[in-house]
Amino acid sequence: MASEALHGSRLRRSFITPEGVDLKLELASAGARAGAFLIDAMIIIGVLIVATIALGLLAIGGGGEPIAVIWLIGFFILRNGWFILFEMGGRGATPGKRLMGLRVVARDGARLTGPAVMARNAMREIEVFLPLSFLGARAAEGTADTFLTIFSFLWSGIFLFFPLFNRDRLRLGDIIAGTWVVQTYKSKLSFDLVGSASAARRTFSDAALNLYGIYELQTLEEVLRNGQPDAITTVARIIRQKAGMPNEGDDYGFLSDYYAALCTRLEAGLMVGRRRESKMDQLPGR
Amino acid sequence: MSTLPLAPAGAPLVNATRFRQAHEADWARLEELVGELEKRSIKALDDDDLLALPVLYRTTLSSLSVARDTSLDRALVAYLEQLCTRAYFQIYGVPTPARQQIAIFFADSWPNAVRALWKETLVCALLTVAAAWVAYMLVRSDPGWFFAVIPEGLSGGRDPSASAEYLRSTLYDGGGEGWLMTFATYLFTHNSQIAIFAFALGFAFGVPTILLILYNGLMLGAFFAVFAAKGLAFNLGGWLMIHGTTELFAIAIAGAAGLRIGTAVAFPGQLSRMESAVEAGKLSATAMAGTVIMLAIAGLLEGIGRQTIADDLSRYLIGSLMILAWVIYFYLWPARKARDGQ
Repeated sequence: MASEALHGSRLRRSFITPEGVDLKLELASAGARAGAFLIDAMIIIGVLIVATIALGLLAIGGGGEPIAVIWLIGFFILRNGWFILFEMGGRGATPGKRLMGLRVVARDGARLTGPAVMARNAMREIEVFLPLSFLGARAAEGTADTFLTIFSFLWSGIFLFFPLFNRDRLRLGDIIAGTWVVQTYKSKLSFDLVGSASAARRTFSDAALNLYGIYELQTLEEVLRNGQPDAITTVARIIRQKAGMPNEGDDYGFLSDYYAALCTRLEAGLMVGRRRESKMDQLPGR
Repeated sequence: MSTLPLAPAGAPLVNATRFRQAHEADWARLEELVGELEKRSIKALDDDDLLALPVLYRTTLSSLSVARDTSLDRALVAYLEQLCTRAYFQIYGVPTPARQQIAIFFADSWPNAVRALWKETLVCALLTVAAAWVAYMLVRSDPGWFFAVIPEGLSGGRDPSASAEYLRSTLYDGGGEGWLMTFATYLFTHNSQIAIFAFALGFAFGVPTILLILYNGLMLGAFFAVFAAKGLAFNLGGWLMIHGTTELFAIAIAGAAGLRIGTAVAFPGQLSRMESAVEAGKLSATAMAGTVIMLAIAGLLEGIGRQTIADDLSRYLIGSLMILAWVIYFYLWPARKARDGQ
C-alpha cells in the first residue's frame, strides 16, 4: 500500500499544511468512490427495508399516526441526511467511504465546513435521484417513450461519469462545494534494511556502484522488503553479471550489502547536491 | 576496490537508519495517539497526550521534510507521509462542536446568506407573481387553460366545473379525523425535497430553477382563478396565507439559491469559474438548509394550523405575522458579523 502511495503520481496533488510542508495527498480513484457509494446505498436501502418492516409490524399493533410520521421523517433524513451528517462529523466520511479508506477534504486545505458538506450532497439530487425517479416514473407508467428514456440515460451518464472527465476526479457536488475526496493510507513502519556498519560486509568496486541510480535503488528496496525468493535470485544474478562478481550463494545477503553500499554512495551524492535519478542519468562529476 | 565510506563500526551507514534511531520513539508515540483518536475521539486522550500531540506532529512533519531531501528509503518516506496526513486530519480536521455550529447557523450564517441573496429572492418572488397573474388571466378568459396547467391528480375536483359549495368545503372542512401530523410531515418532506431540487438544478445556469418557480406560480394563479370565479378569492387567500407566506418565501429563497449558483457559474466576474462556483455553493447551501427549517414550520401551519383554524381573519393574521417575523429576522435585525464559512 505504502509504495503504491508513492507510485500513483497521476492522482497525487500538492496539499500544503499551515506548517508549510506538502503532504502530497492522493485523490481517490473513481472505482473506490463508486464502491463507497454502492456500500452506502446498500446500507441505506437495508435500513429502509428493515425499518419499514419493523414500523409496519408496530402499526398493525395499533397507533398508526406517530408511526407514519416517524417513517416519513426517517425516510427524509435517510435520503438527505445520511451523507451530510456523517461527513460533517470528525471523520469526514460516510461508513462506505471509511470502509474504502476515503475522506472528504476541502480543496483549499481549510477545515471542512457544514455548508460545503451540504452543498456537495444536495447535488446528489440531480446526479442520482433525478435519473432514478425518471426511470421509476417510466416503469410505473409503462409507456415506451424512447426519447425520454434516452434523455434520462444521457443525463445520468453525464453526471455519473463526470468525475472521469476531469483530472481531479471532481463530482458535480465537489465543484460547488470546493471539496475533493482523498485516499487515506495506514501503514506500519517497515524494518530497517541497512542497519549499522560492520566489517563483515561485502565490498563493491566503483564500477559496480556506478551502475544504478535512485530509481533502481528503490526498486531494489521493494524487492528486498517483499522478500520473494524468485525475484531476489533474478535480481542478484543480473547485478553480479553486470558487476562481474562471482556467485557465492547467499543472494539475499549479497543484495542487502549492495543496497547498503549503493544507498550510502547515492546519499553522499545528495549531500553535495548531486542527485542521480536513474541509471540513465549522467554520472555526477564526469 | 573501494570500500564503504569511512564509518566507524557500529555507526549507522545510511540516513534512514540514523534517522530512525533519533526519532522512531516520537513517531511511534504519535502513531499510537492518532490511532486512539481515529478509533474514539479527542476524549480518549489525557492531558499529557493532548499537550504532546501538536509537538509530536510538528516533529514528525519536520522528519518528513528532512527524510524527503536526504533519505532514499522509500518505505520510510511513505510511512512518514501517511502518519503526518493522519495526524493532520486529527489536528486540523476536528469540526466545531455541534451546539456551537447550530448557534452560529441561526445567529449569523442563515440570515446573512438569505440577506446576501436578496436580489435573487426578489427575482423569484416577481417571477412567481408574474406567472400567477398570467395563469389567472388565462383561466379567467378560458377555463380550458386550467387543465393545461394543473395535472389531473392534483386538483382533487377543484376545477372550473366544481360548484361554489364544493370549493368552499375544500377550504374549511379540514382533514376532519386525525392524521394531521402525518399530513403536516408529508407536506414538509415533499416541499423540502423540491427546495433541495431547486438548489441542485441551479447548476444548469439556473434555467430549470426558473422553470420550477414559474410553474409554481402558474399553479397558484390557476387555482385562484377557479375560486375567484365563484367569489371565493378572499377565502382562498386566507387558506393560502396561513402557511403560504412561509412556504412561498422558502421556495423563493430556494430558487434564489439555485439562481445564485447558476449565475456564478455562467458569469464568474473577477473570480475564476471554480472559485465563483465554490463561493456561491457555500452561501446557497446555507440558505437552502434554512428553507428546510422554514418548510417544516410551513408544514406544521398547513397540516395542523389550517385544519383547526377555519376563521379567515385569523388565517390572514397568522400569515401576516409569519411573513413579518421572517422579514425582521432576515433583513431588519441589526447587521451581524459575517463569520467565515461556518
